[in-house]
Amino acid sequence: MSVATTPVLTGQASAVHELRARAPLFLAVLFGITVLAAIGNLAFPQDSIFHVSTYTITLLGKYLCYALLAMAVDVVWGYCGILSLGHGAFFGLGGYALGMYLMRQIGDRGVYGNPELPDFMVFLNWQELPWYWYGFDQFWFALLMVMLVPGILAFVFGYLAFRSRVVGVYLSIMTQALTYALMLAFFRNEMGFGGNNGLTDFKDLLGFDLQADSTRVGLLLVSALALGLAYVASQWIMGSKMGRVILAIRDDEPRTRFIGFRTERYKIWLFVYSAVLAGIAGALYVPQVGIINPGEFSPLNSIEVVVWVAVGGRGTLYGAVIGAILVNYAKTRFTAVWPEAWLFALGGLFVAVTVFLPQGIVGLFRERLGGRRA
Amino acid sequence: MTGRFNQAIETARCTGRWQALLLCMALLLLPYSVWAADLDSALAALAGASLSKVPAILEEVEAVGGEAAVPAFTAMLEGDLYYRRSDKRVVRAVRDDAGQYQLSDPLSGASLGASEKSALRKVKVSNRVRIHLRGAIARLTLSSEDPRQRLRAAQNLLERPDEDNLPLLRAAIETETDPDVVELLQTALALNLLQTSGDSEARLGAVETVAGSLQPAVRNQLQSMVQRDDDGNYGEEDAAVREAAQRALVTIDSRISFYGSLETVFFGLSLGSVLLLAALGLAITFGVMGVINMAHGELIMLGAYTTYMVQVLLPQHIEYSLFIAVPAAFVVSGLVGVLIERSVIRFLHGRPLETLLATFGISLILQQAVRTIFSPLNRQVFTPDWMSGSLQINSVFSLTYNRLYVFLFALVVFFVLQLVLNRTSLGLNVRAVSQNRSMARAIGVRADWVDALTFGLGSGIAGIAGVALSQLTNVGPNLGQAYIIDSFMVVVFGGVGNLWGTLVGALSLGVVNKFLEPVTGAVLAKILVLVFIILFIQKRPRGLFPQKGRAAE
Amino acid sequence: MKLSKYFSKAALLAGSVLFSATLHAADTIKVGVLHSLSGTMAISETTLKDTVLMMVEEQNKKGGLLGKKLEPVVVDPASNWPLFAEKTRELLTQDEVDVIFGCWTSVSRKSVLPVIEELNGLLFYPVQYEGEESSKNVFYTGAAPNQQAIPAVDYLMNDLEVERWVLAGTDYVYPRTTNKILEAYLVAKGVDEKDIMINYTPFGHSDWQSIVSEIKKFGSAGKKTAVVSTINGDANVPFYKELGNQGISAEDIPVVAFSVGEEELSGLDTKPLVGHLAAWNYFQSVESDENEAFIAQWKAFIGDDERVTNDPMEATYIGFNMWVKAVEKAGTTDVDAVEQAMIGISTPNLTGGVATMNKAHHLSKPVLIGEIQEDGQFEVVWETDGLVDGDAWSDFLPGSKDIIADWTAPINCGNYNTVTKTCSGQNM
Repeated sequence: MSVATTPVLTGQASAVHELRARAPLFLAVLFGITVLAAIGNLAFPQDSIFHVSTYTITLLGKYLCYALLAMAVDVVWGYCGILSLGHGAFFGLGGYALGMYLMRQIGDRGVYGNPELPDFMVFLNWQELPWYWYGFDQFWFALLMVMLVPGILAFVFGYLAFRSRVVGVYLSIMTQALTYALMLAFFRNEMGFGGNNGLTDFKDLLGFDLQADSTRVGLLLVSALALGLAYVASQWIMGSKMGRVILAIRDDEPRTRFIGFRTERYKIWLFVYSAVLAGIAGALYVPQVGIINPGEFSPLNSIEVVVWVAVGGRGTLYGAVIGAILVNYAKTRFTAVWPEAWLFALGGLFVAVTVFLPQGIVGLFRERLGGRRA
Repeated sequence: MTGRFNQAIETARCTGRWQALLLCMALLLLPYSVWAADLDSALAALAGASLSKVPAILEEVEAVGGEAAVPAFTAMLEGDLYYRRSDKRVVRAVRDDAGQYQLSDPLSGASLGASEKSALRKVKVSNRVRIHLRGAIARLTLSSEDPRQRLRAAQNLLERPDEDNLPLLRAAIETETDPDVVELLQTALALNLLQTSGDSEARLGAVETVAGSLQPAVRNQLQSMVQRDDDGNYGEEDAAVREAAQRALVTIDSRISFYGSLETVFFGLSLGSVLLLAALGLAITFGVMGVINMAHGELIMLGAYTTYMVQVLLPQHIEYSLFIAVPAAFVVSGLVGVLIERSVIRFLHGRPLETLLATFGISLILQQAVRTIFSPLNRQVFTPDWMSGSLQINSVFSLTYNRLYVFLFALVVFFVLQLVLNRTSLGLNVRAVSQNRSMARAIGVRADWVDALTFGLGSGIAGIAGVALSQLTNVGPNLGQAYIIDSFMVVVFGGVGNLWGTLVGALSLGVVNKFLEPVTGAVLAKILVLVFIILFIQKRPRGLFPQKGRAAE
Repeated sequence: MKLSKYFSKAALLAGSVLFSATLHAADTIKVGVLHSLSGTMAISETTLKDTVLMMVEEQNKKGGLLGKKLEPVVVDPASNWPLFAEKTRELLTQDEVDVIFGCWTSVSRKSVLPVIEELNGLLFYPVQYEGEESSKNVFYTGAAPNQQAIPAVDYLMNDLEVERWVLAGTDYVYPRTTNKILEAYLVAKGVDEKDIMINYTPFGHSDWQSIVSEIKKFGSAGKKTAVVSTINGDANVPFYKELGNQGISAEDIPVVAFSVGEEELSGLDTKPLVGHLAAWNYFQSVESDENEAFIAQWKAFIGDDERVTNDPMEATYIGFNMWVKAVEKAGTTDVDAVEQAMIGISTPNLTGGVATMNKAHHLSKPVLIGEIQEDGQFEVVWETDGLVDGDAWSDFLPGSKDIIADWTAPINCGNYNTVTKTCSGQNM
């Protein structure tokens, strides 16, 4: 069975062209909305019609993190045909790395007032901080780890998998095993990451109170910035020579290899890049939602991310963003107004999109616009 | 019972049949007990008695009634003893199919008509009472006609050694004919001697008697003999006896550890057979058709719910329900599978990764559908009696029936599936389509039709797995999710498209997991197995038994 | 459909996210219900949602509260922990509810905690938990470890003369903490460390063969052995089945569980469980007028004569009635006023006694030990003489033995260290 072919996608040249063409619009919409929301939250009083509630801000911030995660998946899946069912692993690791920093920041303001140990270690009688928690009291170190840990894991995994030419379905299932194993590991309390409860009760980040509206708005803007940068960087990669090879791998890996490219190298580095993006998304996500726990590693979460990308339309970057935001918005609304049956709607949406909209929502628009399709 | 009674017995030299002894005992007891006119009125005191009073009442009933009280004790032990609210008469009540309670006299068994539940109150039973009841039944049935009952009685006496039981045991050994029971009684007697006898020769003899026994009580006794207590004294003062005990202990320990590894192998095979059942359906839909069916777990769940429905519809036939449930589950899950194939998957041919997304949506829908129809609560699926309990090989090694049957069942399903795929025309078509779709079509195979049937077959097998799982775990909306990832691992590990690979993969993963578990704990064992699979796939990307030839790409 | 229509619809959607101005209806008192209706926890939490709805309906029949009708606002946090925090924010800022009844797992409560403290909301948490927490904004109506685990161990030790202990639990915070407390307690009572076996399994563990066999071996050492089980939810059925199949009866090795109640039993074949124990503050089988009325009302509300009641439902019942009483006492739904009014409030519980809210935001409760019967109900075999006061901070953990919670002046703190006289870990 041939897995690498993705007949529905557009050709190489147009894909890159399109990315460039859409970039200004994408960035304008992204920053337009976030800046407006920021002003609405900070500058207008509560009773003003232009006021944007803090609830909306945190929601938007969360969506943007998901969007970045979806973009990370799209980079490998949409452009290189690597369907990762384990990006939740990188997202979670990034989140834990920052979460550990935030835990250390609590210092002696925890419930037990222990300056060294996080609360969950105190009541489980841990005597001293495990070695892997060292350094996380420094922000720069945590930030480094946010990128390094997912990056190294992706490198090791990619090095092993791509060199032995594990492809297609096998690869997808291995990535799933990866995140599943991590979930089980993080659930263990002996690991020293708080077990099922995870890390929570954060106080401040770099001295900014996490419960202040201004911090929330700041985090939203940083998330938007990260998303924008990721878009530009990904666009640059896809436009470079490396990008051409990556697209060639997607369309026909054996042929690309026969031409003389070391395809596994390209795949490894793209995978690492994508994992780092996911890690950053996780790191931005944690201070905004206030908790990180092993549930983030759940294989179902990772599959859901893939579904966002599919719903939005893969191989376009902005499609992944649209998909992530739309599906999560639907989730937010449905769980509030239609709590008993929202899974029907969500499940139905996934089926409908894969069967009727193989190019996602973006594809629908493109067709209507009479298209830049090659 | 107190020592006084035994003394009385000894002096009365009632050494004939045990019944006679009991009779003597009962007669001797009479003056000491509160004057109870007869057994019935002694029993009547149970009505409304608080739990703390029950043991005293039971002692009296035992004293008065002797073996005649056994039916009442058994009824009480099984929780069938009630009393009528109106006249406080103690009765045995059993619920009939109509929901009425059939009453009978707990002693004679004479029918007392039917009654509503509300007119009855249960005679309170707690663990203490149950222990008491079992002890009493053991004492009273050591002379029973039924050798199994005697065996149970002897076991009970063995586990709860009591100096008072010595004469009882001696008397029983003399009259006992069943060799198994004799052996148990002798062990019990020897244990009793080891604890009570002051004669070291007698103790040495007792050690020889118990040397081959695997009874935990024996091991504990020997252990306590060779260990020093807090003051530095050995439990057994005589060095020769101690040495004999030590030797016996070594033999016992090596036998126990041998059976221990046998047990672990069985545990592993049993876990493997569960994995095999869960993965077989997937081996077809995923392995043969290339569809990544994320709804596979939910098809298993449907099978389990079918079992539940069968039991709800046929509440009188719980014993046979599984035999009906197996074909029913195959049909239900199979039809749902065909429906999924016809409505969704056929549009996604050649796009395996997208089948993953669509079937993920389907799995959400199926889960929520079950939640809506059956409520999110787990459903109660009964285990037939023949699936409960265990096959006792010796006192340290037993095979639980449910696991044993599930293991055999998994093998049967596997070989039937092999037959279907290799010996029927359907199987031929399935293999043809999976190996070369266009060529198969060219020679007249209706590929569409074969696709639907293949998917239906895989789904049906998933349904059958659900029947087996309903006997091992919860039947609830989340049942499927627990098995989906494991199933994928097994299929990938074994080699996609190779049923033998799935068999070997499932069983070996099960055994490896179970051997790791005691060392690392359950979670770490699972993580290690996952990591192992990940690394293994890097080494052999096509699994344990890769498909050969052109079909592989 | 025209393209412009798409755009206008999309704009509308975006608008409703960004500028959703909720109309606050001042003529009702809003009651938020934050229980998972989907996902893994739906199995337990759906019942509590229904309980709250029933209580609201009942209160409205009585004429509402402060002359206003109660209006329930139900959301589904979908067993997703970050979603709990988000939904709390939604309930408090968008729907502007006056009180929230919700959460089941500790992690969901931990996730909600910062939000509810930041926005000064009010949460009633109805499930037994590991303690080690007391927030100004949360009232804990379930049992703390000293209201469930410790009395259960006392019972086993004194009445059943248990000498050897297996502490088996699912690997998460509640069992970990409870077992830490129990271990310290047992050692303090003179139990040898060798006579304690501790075992953790993952969530939803279904293959219990090896562990049960280990327990069997551990229990065959000649001393009376018992299992103290903090095994969670779904893992219980296979556990008890395996016990039964391997021939371990409740008389040999009794299992006392803290998470197995009537509702869990209604979903399984009770044969292998008969005689095993559970420790709770409420059993459906307890005979009292309040309980009979409550059961009848529940069955009528849910429309199913077979539905059972359980301990977290009683905790919800008590919490709801206390809140109603406190609001009446305070004359307002203002959180600070209600919070102060709550302390010292008493309402009847369902077992014929009275529950009182103490200064640490925990309840006084009776502790009952019940034996599982074949009909899925419990026979009470033991109960505490009086009420046990919920202890937020365990005296048996080194980290928390000096900490107390007292939400009255002058201490006014959830984690007050009696040695250093300081209050730490507050989000205010």
